[in-house]
Amino acid sequence: MQFGVVRFYGSNCDWDCAHVIGRVAGAPVRFVRHDEDDLADIDCVVLPGGFSYGDYLRAGAMAAHTPVMEAVRTFASAGRPVLGICNGFQVLCEAGLLPGALMVNGGLRFVCHPTHVRVEDNETPFTMPMEPGSVLALPVAHHQGNYQPPPGRFDARVVLRYCDPTGSISAEANPNGSWDNVAGIANLRGNVLGLMPHPERAAESILGSRDGLGLFESVRSWWEGGTAYV
Amino acid sequence: MSDGRPWEAVGLTQEEYRAICAELDREPNHLELGLYGLMWSEHCSYKSSRRHLDRLPTEGPQVLQGPGENAGVVDIGEDMAVAFRIESHNHPSAIEPVQGAATGIGGILRDIFAMGARPIALLDSLRFGDPADARVRYLFEGVVAGISAYGNCVGVPTVGGEIVFDDAYRDNPLVNVMCVGLVERARLVRGTAAGTGNVVLLVGAPTGRDGIHGASLLASREFDENPGDMRPAVQVGDPFREKLLIEACLEAVQSDDVIGVNDLGAAGLTSACSETAARAGSGMQIDVGRVPRREPGMNPYEVMLSESQERMLVIVRPEGVARVQSIFRRWDLAAVEIGKVTGDRCLRVFEEGREVAAVPVQSLTDGAPTYDRPWKSPEVETSRWEPGIAQGPDPGDALTEMIGHPAFASRRPVFEQYDHMVGINTVLAPGAADAAVMRVKGTDKGIACVADGDGYLCALDPRRGAERSVAESYRNLSSVGARPLAITNCLNFGNPEIEEIMGSFVEVIEGMRTACLALDTPVTGGNVSFYNETRGRQVHPTPVIGMIGLLDDVERHACSGFLRAGERLFILGRGGENLGASQYLRLVHGISAGPVPAVDYPLERSVGLACRRAIAEGIVRTAHDVSHGGLGVALAECALTSPCGLGAAVDLSGCDDPEVAFFAEDGSRILVAVSPEFAPRLREIAAESRCPLKEIGRVGGDHLEIALEGSRVLRSSVQELRNAWERGLE
Repeated sequence: MQFGVVRFYGSNCDWDCAHVIGRVAGAPVRFVRHDEDDLADIDCVVLPGGFSYGDYLRAGAMAAHTPVMEAVRTFASAGRPVLGICNGFQVLCEAGLLPGALMVNGGLRFVCHPTHVRVEDNETPFTMPMEPGSVLALPVAHHQGNYQPPPGRFDARVVLRYCDPTGSISAEANPNGSWDNVAGIANLRGNVLGLMPHPERAAESILGSRDGLGLFESVRSWWEGGTAYV
Repeated sequence: MSDGRPWEAVGLTQEEYRAICAELDREPNHLELGLYGLMWSEHCSYKSSRRHLDRLPTEGPQVLQGPGENAGVVDIGEDMAVAFRIESHNHPSAIEPVQGAATGIGGILRDIFAMGARPIALLDSLRFGDPADARVRYLFEGVVAGISAYGNCVGVPTVGGEIVFDDAYRDNPLVNVMCVGLVERARLVRGTAAGTGNVVLLVGAPTGRDGIHGASLLASREFDENPGDMRPAVQVGDPFREKLLIEACLEAVQSDDVIGVNDLGAAGLTSACSETAARAGSGMQIDVGRVPRREPGMNPYEVMLSESQERMLVIVRPEGVARVQSIFRRWDLAAVEIGKVTGDRCLRVFEEGREVAAVPVQSLTDGAPTYDRPWKSPEVETSRWEPGIAQGPDPGDALTEMIGHPAFASRRPVFEQYDHMVGINTVLAPGAADAAVMRVKGTDKGIACVADGDGYLCALDPRRGAERSVAESYRNLSSVGARPLAITNCLNFGNPEIEEIMGSFVEVIEGMRTACLALDTPVTGGNVSFYNETRGRQVHPTPVIGMIGLLDDVERHACSGFLRAGERLFILGRGGENLGASQYLRLVHGISAGPVPAVDYPLERSVGLACRRAIAEGIVRTAHDVSHGGLGVALAECALTSPCGLGAAVDLSGCDDPEVAFFAEDGSRILVAVSPEFAPRLREIAAESRCPLKEIGRVGGDHLEIALEGSRVLRSSVQELRNAWERGLE
């Protein structure tokens, strides 16, 4: 199994994701350029955080129109796993692979601090081993993380919600004003997950938390388990 | 020349103009005069400071690169090195705070990756007036927004620094930014244009008319009434392009095609060309017609003087040009051949085949005039503060007042706007400890860094203030467990043509020299910023020290917060005997007085050694230096940064004056907490390090309780202190 970490111009968590996948989780990983259109050797696509194209125009808006995103669309429609972290989540929404939008934070400022999120749904390749209701310590760092669903029916699954350390959902635990404390959502199939917190920043004890490693390990055991694409 | 006094337009004196004529054996043309105006400006030439800076110690076995390059470099073993530098962006930030601060970040990053090093950390040392003042608030929030916008986007974490509020910086804020980078020793690059026939590439952003005369007129003069008039001299940053430039340059320097790399910062192309050629003892010939422009109609003068951001000069072997260009193309960046290295030691500028300037390279750089400006030592504050001058308030009230004052209040509202985690190396987040600690992936090592100054102490006594600044940085690094290696400095002063200002500069240099020699922390470079004055108001003499330290095992570090109830509290070191020059006198009594305490270097070294050993052995995980605000504030900070909100109960013997016991700042002290079973080992370490050790109490509870000789004098709940502390900057 091989992970592919997409590098748009301006991605800046690309090395961090590759480090955690390759060195910490010990899985094969390669970088995928923004202009590649062949993902045949990739089994899980990671869209890393950062400021793709400077976040100019709108966060994720330009990255959504790169050649690699056409390939990612095909990849996702085959049921293969796609993980969008922070800016990667914004790209997934802009590309229409996930519904809704990430607005400017309620406080209007960039926020970078530890948060806790509660696992709401473990029927995705990324959250399989986690108990529903379990709490993960994952940090956030974003200016536009205020998730708002589209009007009408919500055709997606809420996977992670901001909570306090004990798992209760409160306004105080919500760093950006997002709808219903949403920190991460998946498509109905569950194979495309977008989240604002950074699991790659919480994958080694020296950095304070290993809770994020679970997402990468989950997708690998899902793949190694020979599970048919969802 | 039609103008009878052509030197004035470029900020030079008549004598300097005569020196140029003598050098060239003719009058310079308009462009040539512009080149000299920039390179001989105070900002670029250090003409008032150079002879004094030469007094600073710059050598040591750990130093791989001292002053004179884009950045200093120190060895950290295992074939790895750390490049670091600090720079000021005071004047641009005073005029346009967001872009002024943002481009400051951009510039210091380029200095680091010009050495081939990947930037891994940024620190900012910021000074403003009273935050209650509306304009100060605008400057403060703008600077923070600029750092946040640029630093976050380029993906380099902002991990530390300091924010000081003092009316002396009301009109002239100080924005000093430091960057730390990592490089394999074998991949170190220098800013050198060696080898006749090698090709000069200009890479990155196109050149526009922004920032012309930034160095000569903006950074090298005082402000007049209307700083807004100078807004066009401030550049606008593009962090997205900088990010591409970082990645492309670091990829390019992996090849042997690249001879040298230099940042285009102050004085733009002029400085990059002349400095790279001067370092190699070569010459350079460039064609301004080939420089990609952002706007039409620019003349050679504008192209040579532009300070457009996000540009670098790369010197490449002729056979490697196509390979290097293809790397930049892959990063969507231009890499245009604009000239070549020559052997005639002359900088020649061409436009459409016509030579429009020709000046000896060395005359622009080392040939700049140096001045021994008249100076006299400023009066040093020596008045003794007599107990009883003012009846002190209740110590608990005083502590709450201080901890809620902008001087001490929590910096979290600021640090949270900075991405301090990107890169996944940040072991200790801002505010968690006395210094930032970064791990070095692939090794067990850690790098600790601080950027700290004390303009208030330097205003009272420049020499001792400078000594204490260096000593405090040394102590800060020891408090996290790091062995101090070297410093970079940013020297912020007023108008050097005023004798007392120049005198304070000279005294500060002497103080730094003494401290750096005594603590074995050589100076690897830095920056001087003069003319920090507005309408005759001078800033405090403010040397900011950026210090780097090394942890052999990054897992063994300490933070400032109390971690476990029942741990015993000790003070390593000695001090706390008088209130001279203390923040307590200043903030609570409104008295700016008292002698600045001297530094006892043998004591300072012993304290540092004992603390580092105790941390390296794994017995100390909480350590905090006692500095501003004395022991009272230090204890409160340990409680406030405790992840579990732990307080402490302390009994101070041997002092009957609570004000002195709680708030004196003299001496050299580090507060440490150890589990009871390790207390005997701590005593052994202290004895072996010849460090005084005193037990003062225990960690625990949710209050801070302090007794003197057994009778309780202070009892504050940690929650109440927290309320004051967290609201102090609102």
